[in-house]
Amino acid sequence: MKFESQAVAKPYFIFALALFAGQILFGLIIGLQYIIGDFLFPYIPFNVARMVHTNLLIVWLLFGFMGATYYLVPEEADTELHSPWLAKALFWIFAAAGTATVLGYLLVPYATLAEVTFNDLLPTMGREFLEQPTITKIGIVIVALGFIYNVGMTILKGRKTVVNMVLITGLIGLAVFFLFSFYNPHNLVLDKYFWWWVVHLWVEGVWELIMGAILAFTLIKVTGVDREVIEKWLYIIIAMALISGIIGTGHHYYWIGPGEYWLWLGSIFSAIEPVPFFMMTVFAFRMVRQRRIEHGNKIATTWAVGTAVMAFLGAGVWGFIHTLAPVNYFTHGSQITAAHGHLAFFGAYAMIVMTIISYSMPIMRGRPQGNPESAQKVERMAFWMMVISMLGITLTLTAAGAYQVALQRLPDDANALAFMATQDKLMPFYWTRLVFGLVFLAGLVTYLYSFFVGSKEEVAASEKPESCCGSCS
Amino acid sequence: MADNFTKGMARNIYYGGGLFFFLFFVGLTFDTMLELPKRDNRDQITDTVVHGKKLWEDNNCIGCHSLMGEGAYFAPELANVYDRYGAGNEQAFKQFMQSWMAMQPLPAEGRRKMPQFNLSTEEVDALSDFLIWTSRINDNDWPPNKQG
Repeated sequence: MKFESQAVAKPYFIFALALFAGQILFGLIIGLQYIIGDFLFPYIPFNVARMVHTNLLIVWLLFGFMGATYYLVPEEADTELHSPWLAKALFWIFAAAGTATVLGYLLVPYATLAEVTFNDLLPTMGREFLEQPTITKIGIVIVALGFIYNVGMTILKGRKTVVNMVLITGLIGLAVFFLFSFYNPHNLVLDKYFWWWVVHLWVEGVWELIMGAILAFTLIKVTGVDREVIEKWLYIIIAMALISGIIGTGHHYYWIGPGEYWLWLGSIFSAIEPVPFFMMTVFAFRMVRQRRIEHGNKIATTWAVGTAVMAFLGAGVWGFIHTLAPVNYFTHGSQITAAHGHLAFFGAYAMIVMTIISYSMPIMRGRPQGNPESAQKVERMAFWMMVISMLGITLTLTAAGAYQVALQRLPDDANALAFMATQDKLMPFYWTRLVFGLVFLAGLVTYLYSFFVGSKEEVAASEKPESCCGSCS
Repeated sequence: MADNFTKGMARNIYYGGGLFFFLFFVGLTFDTMLELPKRDNRDQITDTVVHGKKLWEDNNCIGCHSLMGEGAYFAPELANVYDRYGAGNEQAFKQFMQSWMAMQPLPAEGRRKMPQFNLSTEEVDALSDFLIWTSRINDNDWPPNKQG
């Protein structure tokens, strides 16, 4: 570790992984509720468990992004973090607010939560992914402002590398577009139109900048390839992400009220959206092939290449299969959407956070060349368990979605099967998905276990680097 | 990547492309805002429709259902529920909604359950008005059939 203040990232990563575990547990609960409809009813109804599942995802990714930022910004800026104290304080505020919100979801009916948090004064609740009480949303804004101030001051006084500039642009965009979550007009069409300014412009816009910056940083460190080369790739990848992704928002405007030209614009631009992800894959493989150092942390390199490949599959390929308007007319809001959502979020965002954790946690634990071989072996096994089971979940849900479309959407009024009757036909797929979900949990447990693998001798050896680790470049 | 393609060129494409397409998007948004009144029937958003939307949100209906295809996929699509059960008759649909909401949760074992939300008669009527208004939004003829 180059600067002491980088270590504030550690609690962020640990808490992120704890929330990740919670997310998976609730994922398994709702996976089972898809099959046994009254499982845990009325104690944890589906809507509550799903809200916990998706909100934990968002919050753990935000913790991961913040941890990544605190770790890499000082190193890139070549200076200590502006205020480690502020970073620690914001950690506790955000962790407490997040925990209280999730407990609120679980302990009282949602309508009661809305009432006691004064939702009536500024109603923002009850919209997908933005279910947080308004006071939590205000808290998120305050945390984001403090975070950006801290990171911004650090960059201002230090080196302004491309990685840092792209990262801070992404983070500012994240904060700015979140403000649209406070706009909740009576008109549902306007509500939905600007809801996507948070959701789409996050995951298919500014989050790609954050992902690109973290990936570029990690590749600089583990491959030792010249920064100039990596920065050129980063620029062109995020350029394509914005060029395709901004108007690509149109693929959400097909069936919620906006006019017909969005069918064309959405189809054309979102057809280009796989390009930046494809370039990311080429980039990752090429940088590893052209590497100038042999970093001891091999598994971090695996995560870096893995996230590029899986993001291309999940966001790129699985996005493309249902993004063209004539196809989406039949697949919109089916299990195909769920399949894409799972692989895209895991491949692009869960895996980029695990990439930076895999690279930086060993360093923060005093192991500059990565964890001992034995620990990396376990982590590698966990990597494959999670990747393969998530592909399994995706393929199963895709098959379920295709069957659902055939039964429920393609036939005319007289012949189409009703929603609930269709769901009954999909049970074999849901069982298979649940099995893959259990394998994923096993993979996650293996992953968490890998942090504790390694005998005393092995750990002691990993604390003495045999060669230059490259982190001083 | 080719050497004659420099980092400066890549940077310019990023800034220029990003800015251009964001401004283009803002322009399209203005255009859509001008077009929407013809498509969303906002003149028919009565107080009860507004109340219905609030009830929809306060009870997290989107946590199980989808509305115009967005939301969760655990329970049926509801933007066209009026077309499915109302058959063009608002009064009949409201009666159906009153009895349907009162019946929840259905006693069938193993079936997916909708909680009992204990809404008043007026509240269920407001929710119905919201769903009726929603069903009339011009959403490019989605869903393909009445099953949603």
